[in-house]
Amino acid sequence: MSDQKFKLRIDGVEYEASPGQMLIEITDAAGIYVPRFCYHEKLSVAANCRMCLVEVEKAPKPLPACATPVADGMVVSTRSPDAIAAQKATMEFLLINHPLDCPICDQGGECELQDLAMGYGRDVSRFTERKRSVADKDLGPLVSTDMTRCIHCTRCVRFGQEIAGIQELGTLGRGERTEIGTYIERSVDHELSGNIIDLCPVGALNNKPYRFSARAWEMVARPTIAPHDCVGANIYAHVLGGRIKRVVPRQNEAVNETWAADRDRFSYEGIYADDRVQQPLLRVNGELQPVSWEQALDAAAGALRDAGSECGALLSPSCTVEEGYLSNRILAALGSGNIDHRLRRRDFRDADADPVMPWLGTNIAGVEQMDALLVVGSNLRREAPLLAHRVRQAALAGARIGFVNADAYEYLFPVTAQHVGTDLLAEMQSLVAASSGTGDDDRQHSVVALREGKNAFVWLGQIAARHPRFAELRRLAAELCRATGAQLGYVSEGANAAGLALAGALPHRDAAGQSAAVNGRDVSQMLRDPPATLLLLGVEPELDFAGDASGTVASAGKVVALTPYLAGALREHADIVLPIGTFAETSGTYVNAAAQWQSFAGAATPVGDSRPAWKVLRVLANLLEVSDSEYTTSEDVRDELRELVGDLQPDNSLNTDSKLAAASEVPGPEILDVPMYSIDALVRRAPALQQTREARAATGDDEADEAA
Amino acid sequence: MGGLEKNLVCLQTLGLDEPWTLDSYLQIDGYKAWKRVLAGDFSQAEIIDIVKSSGLRGRGGAGFPTGVKWSFMPRESEVQKYVVCNSDESEPGTCHDRDILRYNPHAIIEGMAIGGFAMGATVGYNYIRGEFMAEPVPRFEAAVAEAYAAGLLGKNIQGSGIDFDLYTFVGAGAYICGEETGLLESLEGKPGRPRFKPPFPAGFGLYGKPTTINNTQSFASVPTIINKGPDWFSQLGPENSGGTLIFSVSGHVNEPGNHELPLGIPFRELIELCGGIRNGNRLKAVIPGGCSVPVMPAAAIEDVNLDYDSLRDAGSALGTGAMIIMDETTCMVSALTRIARFYFAESCGQCTPCREGTGWLYRTLVRIQEGRGTREDIDMLVDVANKIEGHTICAFGDAAAWPVQSFVKHFLHEFEYMVEHGGESIVNERAAAA
Repeated sequence: MSDQKFKLRIDGVEYEASPGQMLIEITDAAGIYVPRFCYHEKLSVAANCRMCLVEVEKAPKPLPACATPVADGMVVSTRSPDAIAAQKATMEFLLINHPLDCPICDQGGECELQDLAMGYGRDVSRFTERKRSVADKDLGPLVSTDMTRCIHCTRCVRFGQEIAGIQELGTLGRGERTEIGTYIERSVDHELSGNIIDLCPVGALNNKPYRFSARAWEMVARPTIAPHDCVGANIYAHVLGGRIKRVVPRQNEAVNETWAADRDRFSYEGIYADDRVQQPLLRVNGELQPVSWEQALDAAAGALRDAGSECGALLSPSCTVEEGYLSNRILAALGSGNIDHRLRRRDFRDADADPVMPWLGTNIAGVEQMDALLVVGSNLRREAPLLAHRVRQAALAGARIGFVNADAYEYLFPVTAQHVGTDLLAEMQSLVAASSGTGDDDRQHSVVALREGKNAFVWLGQIAARHPRFAELRRLAAELCRATGAQLGYVSEGANAAGLALAGALPHRDAAGQSAAVNGRDVSQMLRDPPATLLLLGVEPELDFAGDASGTVASAGKVVALTPYLAGALREHADIVLPIGTFAETSGTYVNAAAQWQSFAGAATPVGDSRPAWKVLRVLANLLEVSDSEYTTSEDVRDELRELVGDLQPDNSLNTDSKLAAASEVPGPEILDVPMYSIDALVRRAPALQQTREARAATGDDEADEAA
Repeated sequence: MGGLEKNLVCLQTLGLDEPWTLDSYLQIDGYKAWKRVLAGDFSQAEIIDIVKSSGLRGRGGAGFPTGVKWSFMPRESEVQKYVVCNSDESEPGTCHDRDILRYNPHAIIEGMAIGGFAMGATVGYNYIRGEFMAEPVPRFEAAVAEAYAAGLLGKNIQGSGIDFDLYTFVGAGAYICGEETGLLESLEGKPGRPRFKPPFPAGFGLYGKPTTINNTQSFASVPTIINKGPDWFSQLGPENSGGTLIFSVSGHVNEPGNHELPLGIPFRELIELCGGIRNGNRLKAVIPGGCSVPVMPAAAIEDVNLDYDSLRDAGSALGTGAMIIMDETTCMVSALTRIARFYFAESCGQCTPCREGTGWLYRTLVRIQEGRGTREDIDMLVDVANKIEGHTICAFGDAAAWPVQSFVKHFLHEFEYMVEHGGESIVNERAAAA
């Protein structure tokens, strides 16, 4: 790239621009608003809406700012009479066939067409012909359609082509009869497809679960962090009367850009599931009875005190940093190290070699700068959709991406090599062998890519982390890194694996990676040998572990469940139920896979009598006389941990040559991949997500559907 | 009239027995120019200079100098380059490419091969409109097969080291695919929606590679230009309008048809050649270049010579050279409605002004014809046309606007008469009076 700069005048003011930039980039940066519909900074330029026409000196006709490259000495008027006339002309054309049903349109109040019509439209239409009407499409459970409102900007089409990597929507027909549709009737299924709702500048594509339930201007936008994967997408919860009505992405170029995964956007529905616990419950004579918070907390503290060092705690990997830190402090005070959040992991032989916090090895935006990546054991698009999107951008820019998996998943980007085999260990052994010059061509190709890459990574995904021979897999990955100069990275489970590791929610470590004072039992040991009192935090025993953990819960002495939901094994076996808020009803902090600490305040009013989990834990700590536990805010908790962590840098390098014990479990035919809409209690309760093709396929409903 | 020589360039084979065959073509010095190229008689730059100095201008309607267009191609660059022949002839009134495909297909092949050599393109496509399936497409494909069999196309042709492969592609009947970037999209298998320029096809064309698209008649003129010399060609017509043009004369003349004539012939002579206006009627108006150019009242065209500059100076354009002749019995509101319906039906739907505006124009005209129009509607027609013109990605928007603007400008009284008389045409009134 040359450093050459052009000078141009826009509305009488001189600006600098780089060759190749489009006019609209300069005006946007300068804060000069040029109206637009089809242009979107994340999508290719279509130049079809003709709203951004501006006057350029010496040009015989107005030019679209979005598609006009800057030139040295260019003189541009965005507000001259000719420019305004051209913009107004386009607005008139856009409105003649638009239904103008703003009062019953969900987009009303946040509609780009409505906003611009205020500035560029006429008071009264000259158009007296019949307006066009277009049949609506059924795009599935997430996106509603009112296609008569469509202004054919094709943002949704370009999103499919360019961001999702699969074109689910296209333009059909010609001229005035142009329609957006799927051609053959089918749903829009990509895991990022909800973003077309935000991209649509009018009310043609809207949020289906939210439909007709609030007006944009009634709601308050509360910033928070998505709780389902290690990206930590920044989102807004739109809240009306304390209740979340919908979720939209919050722009953060370093994390999620302007996107949100469907899981992050639609999981909020699970907050209001029927099986939310409304008040504290205590098991009396075999039946759960409502009690006051005081009674419940006393009982819980008593159960923990009685068990003392025989306590154990199991936390969801999407618990906050504060929850993890407080849990660890409580257990430590009781003399127990039995705490874990790695619920789906099977192999702990090499746990001592775990990094202090798992991370990608790069920041999230940096993923796009990779030139080589080998992903081991990961259904990446399902594990972390926005991470897969970043990898896709890297692949499109020429990065060589390989996968080692038991299945050939559909990645929707160019993959240089797929090493598919049910025995991941054997696949990795062959790759390591190839790194010393033997092995077949395809493997050699992956090894060469890693070796030649200046920015090369080997990632261990969630399938790898759940593998019964994870220790060996990781050592082979590390060996491959050593042989090729690539760096090791982890695509970790849940929203906060990194934060919980730092908080000391591990049996062998305390906060900030210090060795634990008391070496405790890990999750697999606790499942085999249940603690006297088991503290469960945000988990469902049947579904959140490597196997069904109901048996453990049944045989534990006392079960203290901090949970938003009461179902299944918890309903059967929990002795004390303390209702806690979901991610949306608490303040807290997540640390994502790029080691970014992201704190958030509570967004919604807690359901029933539920309380933020960190507050419940704080009271338990007080009752158990844990020293220095008089925290007044979650920030106090976080800041204390932050100070302990200091400037500890993430480091994935694996330094171990201890002899591995024989694997306790033999790799079986079990499926290690968890369907994306079954990953945690919240998404499992989100009705719209459960109606997607993806979820129905996972539960087998889809086949029944097809047969019917 | 006797002095007028016909069929000097593109239709030279006419009159021969089976004019479309290779044998016929060889009788008129066919492939002589190509064989000289293969023998190394010309450099790429020399070919481009010859075409430039011949004054050949694109016959597809815009009239851009062909040699200049060829010089835009990065001919030294190593990347794959393409030449594409635009035989998607769909401008209403125009039917000359069809006759070249039928009667002299080898001239197109030879012109494309020479163009390919000059621009460093080793692959050519001829994009032929879908409606030509019956006769022109098989004729052209047979000619390509003959050329391959005769060793005139392929790899390392006649040991020259020159490669040129030629393929036929048949469109599906959309007018917009005649727009060169819409054509490229269609050729790539996508819906025919024109691309925004820049980038221009010479830099980013078919499959993103440098590409030059020329009209059928432009390519078919090239062999004769090389055989007879650029000066001979340019001197056939007046300055700035070298060579011949096939005039497609349709409408109210006694003998409509195609006539290949030197550019610059007087309009009156062309009408005489076509047997004059039918029934001895008076001429009312002419659309001189396919329906996308402004209409001209009789008085404005009767004394004009038919070449690029003269027609531009007279307020219209030579376009494709398709003369649509309308006599005094023509209702200009009806004529415009029919034209507006065409643009309404053929808009690709990409750009807002054209997608929405063409339907508005058509429906307003229908309303006027049905007696539900007002004087304001006439002003609105022009205003809507003005708002489409110059506001769209491709020139289709202009083509849809110009007829409306020119019909209303020159024949306002007919529109006014109609809205004032409940949809009755001024023509019927006169017929009744007569």
